[in-house]
Amino acid sequence: MKNLLPIILFLLCLRTIAQTDSSFIKRTPADTNKLKMNMDAVYNRPFLTMGKFPVAVGGYVEANSSYFGTDGVTEGLSFQIPRLTLFISSSIKKRIKFLSEIEFEEGGKEIAIEFASMDIELHPLLNLRGGIIMNPIGAFNQNHDGPKWEFINRPFSATTIIPSTWSNVGFGLFGKYAMNNFVWAYEAYLTNGFDDKIISNPENRTWLPASKENPERFEESFNGVPLVTTKTAIRHRKIGEIGVSWMGGVYNKFRIDGVIVDKQRRIDLFAIDLNTTLPKINTYITGEWVWAMVEVPDNYTKEYGNKLRGGFLDVVQPILKRKILGWENSTLNLAFRTEYVDYNVGTFSETETNIADHLFAVVPGISFRPSALTVIRFNYRYHWQTDLLGNPAARTAGIQFGFSTYF
Amino acid sequence: MKKIILNIIIGSFVIITSCQKLMPPAPKDEDVLAGTIPGLTPEQEKEHLVGDASFGKIFTKEEGLGPIFVQTSCANCHIGNGKGHLSTQLTRFANVNGSIIDYLLNKGGPQLQQHSILGYLPETLPTEANAFSKRIAPAVMGLGYIAALDDQTILSNADPNDLNGDGISGRPNYVTPTSFFSPQSIHIPFNNQYIGRFGKKAEKVTIQDQVVFALKQDIGITSDFDTQDLFNYQLGVYTGDDAADPEVSSGFVHGLVFYMRTLKAPTRRNKDNADVIAGEKLFAQIGCTSCHTPSFTTAQSDISALSNQTFYPYSDFLLHDMGELLDDNFPEGSANGFEWRTPPLWGLGLAKDSQGGQMFLLHDGRAKTFDQVITFHGGEAASRRTAFNALSQTEKDQIFKFLESL
Repeated sequence: MKNLLPIILFLLCLRTIAQTDSSFIKRTPADTNKLKMNMDAVYNRPFLTMGKFPVAVGGYVEANSSYFGTDGVTEGLSFQIPRLTLFISSSIKKRIKFLSEIEFEEGGKEIAIEFASMDIELHPLLNLRGGIIMNPIGAFNQNHDGPKWEFINRPFSATTIIPSTWSNVGFGLFGKYAMNNFVWAYEAYLTNGFDDKIISNPENRTWLPASKENPERFEESFNGVPLVTTKTAIRHRKIGEIGVSWMGGVYNKFRIDGVIVDKQRRIDLFAIDLNTTLPKINTYITGEWVWAMVEVPDNYTKEYGNKLRGGFLDVVQPILKRKILGWENSTLNLAFRTEYVDYNVGTFSETETNIADHLFAVVPGISFRPSALTVIRFNYRYHWQTDLLGNPAARTAGIQFGFSTYF
Repeated sequence: MKKIILNIIIGSFVIITSCQKLMPPAPKDEDVLAGTIPGLTPEQEKEHLVGDASFGKIFTKEEGLGPIFVQTSCANCHIGNGKGHLSTQLTRFANVNGSIIDYLLNKGGPQLQQHSILGYLPETLPTEANAFSKRIAPAVMGLGYIAALDDQTILSNADPNDLNGDGISGRPNYVTPTSFFSPQSIHIPFNNQYIGRFGKKAEKVTIQDQVVFALKQDIGITSDFDTQDLFNYQLGVYTGDDAADPEVSSGFVHGLVFYMRTLKAPTRRNKDNADVIAGEKLFAQIGCTSCHTPSFTTAQSDISALSNQTFYPYSDFLLHDMGELLDDNFPEGSANGFEWRTPPLWGLGLAKDSQGGQMFLLHDGRAKTFDQVITFHGGEAASRRTAFNALSQTEKDQIFKFLESL
């Protein structure tokens, strides 16, 4: 918190300047170039720049209310501010830039540096990136800003299998190559990785987000073996983008003081992501699917699965795009998400029946965008969660209303 | 534009006022095993919820799990408070040589912990073991009523020498109490032993005995009542985990005990159905109720909602010779390998809802249908099995419908 104080004070100072001379502050809109890709999401955000000052700032906030109930039991209406995020970017020198993203979650309960890296462009096909990076697994992890989505909750597969926002200290390369309507991109990083909390946690299942609770991961690797993350994606200007990514490494401590105490146990995630906009009707479709393979010790209980899978598909249909309530080019959308996660793929050896532990959800919604930077959202969520044995599913439903906006 | 705004306002109003209707409804009370006994005070309801949370708590190695264990929480074996699944089956072992029984306590007995925390090896069965008993978890609802029975009521059904000539000779399992057992007015000692009423062989006198035993032997959790942690003797390293002992307090144990004492008894379904009524009559007619006693009434209890209550467990809580097919050669207390406590039948109709859609019945889950269960009945119960086999298929189906209504 102490380290963040100067940053907060700095941002407050900027606001003071803005109040005295609004012409000094200029908004740099997000780049809507159709050749921008998911990997560009971190820089493809609106920033406020101040004259010739080499630093740009930005951020977004999300707030919502929700009313959820499970099998007839509800805790009533509650209000949340799940995250407030601040970005600071700086062009240090031509083709050398720095960006950081600091997130305050749940009203400041958790404060995390999600991204803080320096990029050096040697060539469009060869850039160096180092610092705290967001591992490019799937698309959501890098492209997770609330105002970009029509749904209040983040997808389960992208938060509980891929533990978005999943960022680690490391370095690597990325690059892009464009030709005609196509652009091809790649990313490859070595970072610190997971730890054995993923199979030793109070969630009663293999739970990758448990590693995020280890504050030491920004200081040192849990086991000295780097986590490798690679992604390649291709985008066509008129069709859309498809990406394939892999993230793999060792999650357990297999060596203590030079003594081998366990075998190396791997974790590997494969993901495929896509997005497209249907021509003429402008239906926006985006989705992601992930498979995770975890080498769980044989002596573990069945609750801890060694294969997980899940994904989501969002369909957003603009139904009104015009001046509404005085806002030019505002949009009213209908949206629908369907998502599925299976935390334990396999069968019981004792009964040869399916191991369940899965969740299926549908989320219809309406969103209103007075501008591209702001979304006001209404979601109705219904999901069915089945326990390990496949007993009758617990049914949960909820109504959510909220907004998310860049500022 | 006005029309749109009006629609939004009306739509919002409709949604806000119908919030509750958009939520999934609660299942019927008769369709679930969760819930409290009627008549608890708000303070008791609150304490029940505390115990419920403890029952569902997943222990981690930092909290003392293991280092060797069968499961990581109570609820992982007793899913939805119901009967267990084959995947959570446990194994007890001993060396039995005639009347000499060695539970191999210095070899990891009496129970196998086949799982372990990361970086630690689980137990395997010691070569000295020659008696093995596989068990699945029992349902845990309605235990408070059983705990509130007085010994005299249980003894009133005992007939160890079959003096009434009905072929059934139930007897109590007298067991040596634990060091933390405090006799209540309901308990009647016999040679410094007390009647066991919990466990597959009635080897535990109180719910607390069972809770303390299960915390340690199933989860590897020490408590104020048993501070000695588990470890794998086979490793030759005589230390448990790094968590300080006791790993849970007496309050935690009492919370679990209170939770189980105040879990409701299963609610019967379809009891007015003609086939169910006919099945119930047949069940009594062929003599099943000689052991599966339909009802009891509790004594005075410190929880007033449990005092003087009539309940319907369909058990006499006594030991019976069940014959060769069910002989596990694993004595407990005064119970022999072929002797088992009559299991309560309540909740049978909901068994598959906690066992993944199919039933795993008997002490080890080997039977998947009521028909199979009855086929395994031998010893004292052989005459009842014969009587059942003589019934027509329609009559058998009526008995099955009755069992499903429990």
